[in-house]
Amino acid sequence: MTPGIAGELGGLREAPPRRLAMAVLAEVGVVDSWAPAESPLGPVAVAFNRHGVSWVGRADDPAAFEESFVAAMGRPLRRAPLPPRVGRALESGRATGLAFDLRLRGAFERSVLTATSGIPRGETRSYSWVAREIGHDRAVRAVGTALARNPIPLLIPCHRVVRGDGRIGNYGMGGPDAKRTLLRHEGLDPDEMERLAGAGVRLIGNRAAGVACLPSCHHARRIAPRNALPLRGADEAIALGMRPCRSCRPFAAAG
Amino acid sequence: MVLFTEMVPLLDALADDLELAFPRLVEEHQGAVYVTALRCTGCRQAAEDIAQETFVRAYRSLAAWPAERIAALRPRAWLLRITLNAVRNRARDASRRPRTAELGDHHPEPAGGPEAAALGGERRELLAAALGRLPEEQRIPVVLRHVAGLRYDEIAEATERPVGTVKAQVHRGLRRLASLVDRTLLESET
Repeated sequence: MTPGIAGELGGLREAPPRRLAMAVLAEVGVVDSWAPAESPLGPVAVAFNRHGVSWVGRADDPAAFEESFVAAMGRPLRRAPLPPRVGRALESGRATGLAFDLRLRGAFERSVLTATSGIPRGETRSYSWVAREIGHDRAVRAVGTALARNPIPLLIPCHRVVRGDGRIGNYGMGGPDAKRTLLRHEGLDPDEMERLAGAGVRLIGNRAAGVACLPSCHHARRIAPRNALPLRGADEAIALGMRPCRSCRPFAAAG
Repeated sequence: MVLFTEMVPLLDALADDLELAFPRLVEEHQGAVYVTALRCTGCRQAAEDIAQETFVRAYRSLAAWPAERIAALRPRAWLLRITLNAVRNRARDASRRPRTAELGDHHPEPAGGPEAAALGGERRELLAAALGRLPEEQRIPVVLRHVAGLRYDEIAEATERPVGTVKAQVHRGLRRLASLVDRTLLESET
């Protein structure tokens, strides 16, 4: 009857200002706290709520940090003091006992991040190690993707996950150089790691104990030189009657 | 905007973890809530306040409800019912105070979307002002139907009126709008 007018009314649509959603969430308390902190990569910002740490990002530009948080999490931020436990975890590189808010991540990603949390400071593991740990042996690329999406770098140490061929690989918060910086800061020698892997050494066996470790395992580094045996991989270790180290779990035990 | 990795249906997510899912509820419905408040009050500041009040009330209700009640919700109609209550309360409070602004008060229309662009600024102002001159029982259903895009059953729920009544009010409202607009054009030409 009056199709013109009815259609024209659609032109009265107007989006609300961006601040509306954030004001609502702030008023009902759906908001994360954030605090600046220091890290081996320079200033970072850490966001957290009652479920745990939710986000870590570079803080050279606090406005950019806030923007990227809001874009990823859909919640506003308010400034708060850094919880001492978080500060200690950043300094020490040990985040045991720290809770993380991973509610916005799916089950697969959560298990990748949880397994990664178990990698000790000063050690590395491969993407396929992570895949095996979470019972998805072949999902190596998906592991890489999940780690690239790690919302809590440094505290969930995705920098300790490297390629199986020994190459250090990529890193979300600053690329391969940042990754090498972090590994060096933990006492590793990325160049030596790459050299070893390039020479085909994947494991270090202990002749005396009959145990094979990943090269960066703290047990491997305490093997007496006369007992240390560079190995090409699990097949060679098994053929020599060696069992996998229970700490670094370099391969599934035979039989 | 936000990637919710596991796209659980919104109502299930709200019942399961209100705090986590609530931003999604806001994101999905803030458009309809805001534009309804805007085109019913004619004032952007009021619309923002009403929209914020709507969602805060919604959160507090959801926090108090059992899962079954949340699962039975029709969120958009429910939120707009809260919005309309807030709009009416505001009008009632304002009528007890001296009026400082006319309905359809003039803030220049900001850029809208493609439909708005197609309409043209002057025409939009004309329409918005004409809406303000409709009686409330026509303005509200017209806005809900043709600006906010609600279905008739949703409008019935939001306004607590039968669907038949709502349809009649929209029909009358559109005719009244059309004649108001034509008259304004005629007046401006003479």
